[in-house]
Amino acid sequence: MSALFSTPGYSLIDAWWWPYAFVLLAGFLPTDIWRMLGVMLAGNLQEESPVLVWVRAVATALVAAVIAKLILFPTGALAGTPAALRLAAAAIGFAVFKATREGVGYGVLAAETVLIGGWLAYGV
Amino acid sequence: MSFPDASEQSDAVWFLRGACKIVSAPALILMATLVGYGGLAREAGLALGETLLGLALVWALPSLLVMVSGMLSGASLVACMLAVTLSAVRLLPMTMAFVPLVRNPDRPKWQLYFAAHFVAVTAWVFAMTRLPDMPRAVRLPYFLGFATTLVTACVVLVAIAYVSLAAFPPIVSGALFFMTPVYFMTALWAAGRHSADRLAMVFGLVLGPVFHILEPQFDVLWAGLAGGSLAYAGVWLRGVLAGKGAGGS
Repeated sequence: MSALFSTPGYSLIDAWWWPYAFVLLAGFLPTDIWRMLGVMLAGNLQEESPVLVWVRAVATALVAAVIAKLILFPTGALAGTPAALRLAAAAIGFAVFKATREGVGYGVLAAETVLIGGWLAYGV
Repeated sequence: MSFPDASEQSDAVWFLRGACKIVSAPALILMATLVGYGGLAREAGLALGETLLGLALVWALPSLLVMVSGMLSGASLVACMLAVTLSAVRLLPMTMAFVPLVRNPDRPKWQLYFAAHFVAVTAWVFAMTRLPDMPRAVRLPYFLGFATTLVTACVVLVAIAYVSLAAFPPIVSGALFFMTPVYFMTALWAAGRHSADRLAMVFGLVLGPVFHILEPQFDVLWAGLAGGSLAYAGVWLRGVLAGKGAGGS
């Protein structure tokens, strides 16, 4: 196992092609393998078959978990803002989205207004 | 080669209609987020070619960030492959949910595999939102028109950002970054068709942070499996109590 992990890293081979090979092997291959597998496993599953309803629920919960992490545990510039401000902005954005008959644009606009307003007001 | 017949022309028309959708909320929001990626990659010391190749081939921002941080921390190739593989497992259920929407027995199978390469949150939400209302025959060219144009536009945009942009003030990059979760949250809700979908979204929103604290390495996976299964079980149970299965909508 440790022999596997002692394979060269990004900066250990000094050749022009190595970074590109690295992107192919460590980026393209490990992401697209799941997509190709997804096409194979989807086979002839019907859209409303129980297995697919479950798979879609798992995919939806996964994406929702990513969303919640981006709001609660952001990196970069947002990390310096209070979590309460980000939560309030997201909640108000969602409320406006519902109030405008699911107008996605209005929801995003409202959330951004709250975030930027709060940011300026508290000078965080 | 043959002359284009009526159906080929109509494929081209639908491809172009899809391409025009890069002027839409999901596409513009992704582009706004990616401007940040261009600056980040340059600051991290990646060459322009690697930055753009990674964007087009990985085409999933979380996995891309895992790869870039692995490159910079000096992680070995195999360790980096493993980390990216784990970060991308979520693409499996997403692709499985996507395929039945675009599948068409009249088209060659490779088109399906090609379309699957573009499965990532933005294009997935786009597909879930817009494709169900369209005739099955035009879904694949429409989606491919959207997805290939989106990738091209993003590559050009990131190249421009990499070459020319100075770092944004934090409030601008923060506001750009915040568009992504808010947009995904509202669009995902709007895309929910089965009652299990919206329940799954609520469970995922709650369980994501919980598992982030309990099990930060595989948080998203556990939240997805647990949240999705709970939602499915909940709807199934309600169906049983009401005297029908969970398969109905």
